[in-house]
Amino acid sequence: MSKLIEKKAGDRVLLMGNEAIARGALEAGVNVAAGYPGTPSSEIIENLSRVATARNLYVEWSVNEKVSLETAAAASFARLRAICPMKQNGVNVASDFLLHLAGSGVRGGLVLVSCDDPGALSSINEGESRHFARLMELPLLEPGDFQEAKDMTRWAFELSEELKCVVMLRSVTRMSHASGDVVFGELLERSPKAYFQFDGFFLDTNTGPVMSAPVLYRHGLQQTKVARARAIFEESLFNTYEGPVAPELLIVTSSACTLYSREAIRLLGLGEKVGMLKLGTTWPIPSNLLKKHLSSTDRILIVEEVLPFLEEQIKILAAESVHEIGPKTFYAKNDGTIPMNGELNPDIVTNALVKVMGLSYTPMPPEYERGVQRMANVGIPQREQTFCPGCPHRASFWSIHRIIQLDNRKGFVCGDIGCYSMALLPCGFSTAKTCHAMGSGMGLAGAFGKLDRFGMEQPALAVCGDSTFFHAVMPALVNAVHHRSKVGLIVLDNSGTAMTGFQSHPGLPVDAMGGEAPPLDIAAICRAIGATVTISDPFDLAGTQAALGRLLEEDGVKVHILRQICALSPEKKGKKKFSMQVDESRCLGEECGCNRLCTRIFRCPGLIWDEGKKKSRIDEVICAGCGVCAEICPAAAIVRMEEGVQ
Amino acid sequence: MNATKLLEDPCNIIITGVGGQGNVMASRLLSNMLSVKGYRITIGETFGASQRGGAVMSHIRVSENQTWSPQIPKGKAHIVVSLEPIEAIRILALYGNTNVTVLANSRPIAPVGVIAGELNYPPMEEIRKMLEQYAARVMIVDATEEALKLGNPILGNIIMIGATIGLGLLPVGVDEFRAVIPEFVPAKFMEVNLEAFEIGRRMAAA
Repeated sequence: MSKLIEKKAGDRVLLMGNEAIARGALEAGVNVAAGYPGTPSSEIIENLSRVATARNLYVEWSVNEKVSLETAAAASFARLRAICPMKQNGVNVASDFLLHLAGSGVRGGLVLVSCDDPGALSSINEGESRHFARLMELPLLEPGDFQEAKDMTRWAFELSEELKCVVMLRSVTRMSHASGDVVFGELLERSPKAYFQFDGFFLDTNTGPVMSAPVLYRHGLQQTKVARARAIFEESLFNTYEGPVAPELLIVTSSACTLYSREAIRLLGLGEKVGMLKLGTTWPIPSNLLKKHLSSTDRILIVEEVLPFLEEQIKILAAESVHEIGPKTFYAKNDGTIPMNGELNPDIVTNALVKVMGLSYTPMPPEYERGVQRMANVGIPQREQTFCPGCPHRASFWSIHRIIQLDNRKGFVCGDIGCYSMALLPCGFSTAKTCHAMGSGMGLAGAFGKLDRFGMEQPALAVCGDSTFFHAVMPALVNAVHHRSKVGLIVLDNSGTAMTGFQSHPGLPVDAMGGEAPPLDIAAICRAIGATVTISDPFDLAGTQAALGRLLEEDGVKVHILRQICALSPEKKGKKKFSMQVDESRCLGEECGCNRLCTRIFRCPGLIWDEGKKKSRIDEVICAGCGVCAEICPAAAIVRMEEGVQ
Repeated sequence: MNATKLLEDPCNIIITGVGGQGNVMASRLLSNMLSVKGYRITIGETFGASQRGGAVMSHIRVSENQTWSPQIPKGKAHIVVSLEPIEAIRILALYGNTNVTVLANSRPIAPVGVIAGELNYPPMEEIRKMLEQYAARVMIVDATEEALKLGNPILGNIIMIGATIGLGLLPVGVDEFRAVIPEFVPAKFMEVNLEAFEIGRRMAAA
């Protein structure tokens, strides 16, 4: 059972932002939920999948974000309510369909939740999805706390049905992955019958065919919805003001920045001087409400993440209304008061307020700060990211790196996102040299493989994960085969969408709701596309390296699948295959001539260096017992015993 | 004895460690204990890619009446619970002050740079001195060693939660632990978790 449905209306529950969004969808009587895993969005679908049976939902981990939005849209066309959560760059993937869906409109409530990652805490970009709302001309909501995350999600469904358009709800990591108190409302009990009506007049959006043409007619219709949204937003209780009637300075903010701004005002004791207008509805902005508040002061500080989205809208409004509200001074991103990249926090907002208000504030006594920071910077070692102990990727990149070195033509790997992005770092032996969107490793490597006519001699390899293979690698693989590229693809198949928490994908025999599903065979797909395919276990270093050699030598498109379950997967975690030990009589330490291959190069955190004995040692608390390091040691000093066998 | 009220409102607790140590579970467990007692809680966490061998932290804000920022302002921690000794120092550099209490596990997890011989890991006595210089109160407990005696090093985080309660600075105790632990562990592990909590509580209360 899940606390999302166990607790009753009126109960106050400590929820993660993503759980609050899921509860909001349940309170709106959502029927269909479809998404693709991506930090920080994944827990929305995960939580809904747990209550799928109890609440009669259809929940799907779709193959990618575009298909997930199509899945949600079909439900909406059949008059069901649907939610489609994704991380920020997922909106890029979904955007082609989203543009057309914005034009056609929807029927049942459809809420697209985008969880952005300012500061790229778990991303390789800090792209912002808010701009899609403006680009696609769709209403945008941004919750300012955990209660609002739930309440706004519920309201977003009603708004979507009222306006007959997709409503976007934008969260951020510090909202989705933070937790706070939420008071539950009632669950909406409704069981609509799915029916797609298409036989009405072709311009009738409720009964006719659903499409974005005739374009000018539908686009005009869409723009009237935006105007209606603006009027509704003028009255929305999600736009709130706290502070004096005539503040010396007005902060305009949204999302998690609301919490940072409130904290900064309190830290500086500025409650009597500074007001805060928190916007929950951020596109289109409620112009009259804003004009009212802009009129109350001459100085405005705009606090938002990441790009100047509110800033640009508010400045246009202020320019248009200058005769009405008078000239204003803005402090925001364009003048450098607030940074234009990275995430914000209470300290950044505090510093901005100090600067604008001409105050002084020292959060730490200078002597304490100097001392403690010196201690942290030079007194203790930094901690670089690394693959987990027992991670198959360490073994995989060990072998990939080795065959590239042996080949000696300056070959390289094109990667993409996933834990294996860390192949750019020393833990992956710096094997990967490009890292972009999902599937882009294959697209790039396939294209490098056609540059021989320009004299390129370096061999290119691509890597991708098993979930990524289905998401975006297949079209690039098709392209490489059809255009006679000379390229190798290595699929790092660890049996799940590991980085985001082992969500299912089309290669697995299970779906998001835990039901049986027909698994698609990656090897068979690659062969059908026209690639030659081999498979090995990355923990078998010798076998893997023997098999990988052909990827650099043979013509055409070659695929090698490295199959080994993620060390953190529920079926493997905590279970050691081997009990590892270093035979001290055999380890020659620095005298060996191996340059401490195990601890200096292989660098598994489970292997440590005993300074006293000058020998390598296994840290039994960290070691996952994969046994790979036994093959690394040239002195055969690392020994493995089957767990349970003495 | 447990405190009867918050040190300050909001009371700011940071739980830190290395990815894989159960940092997130520890922070949610402690937060839920405070939540069942009626306090308003905000938790800010880092996880995802950042947890792979990296330093992780959870910020917990405890208040009588409102939601706070999921990030604690600079210099404003009241209690730092560190599942790994040097991570406490990293936290003090950002959130420390002369009134802060630090509770640290004694078991180091060597960063790969240390394993490779490129960086040095300071000896425990030096770590203690550094902490004592920049905190009002420092307690170091052998949580991982005790957890290993119980059969599983991951219980170190429960021992640390027990020790946090044992400090007597928070208005919650074993009753709240009993109330929330079933949400986090299967019934068959309940007994050993209660034992771990009690070991930690006694170590800190001694």
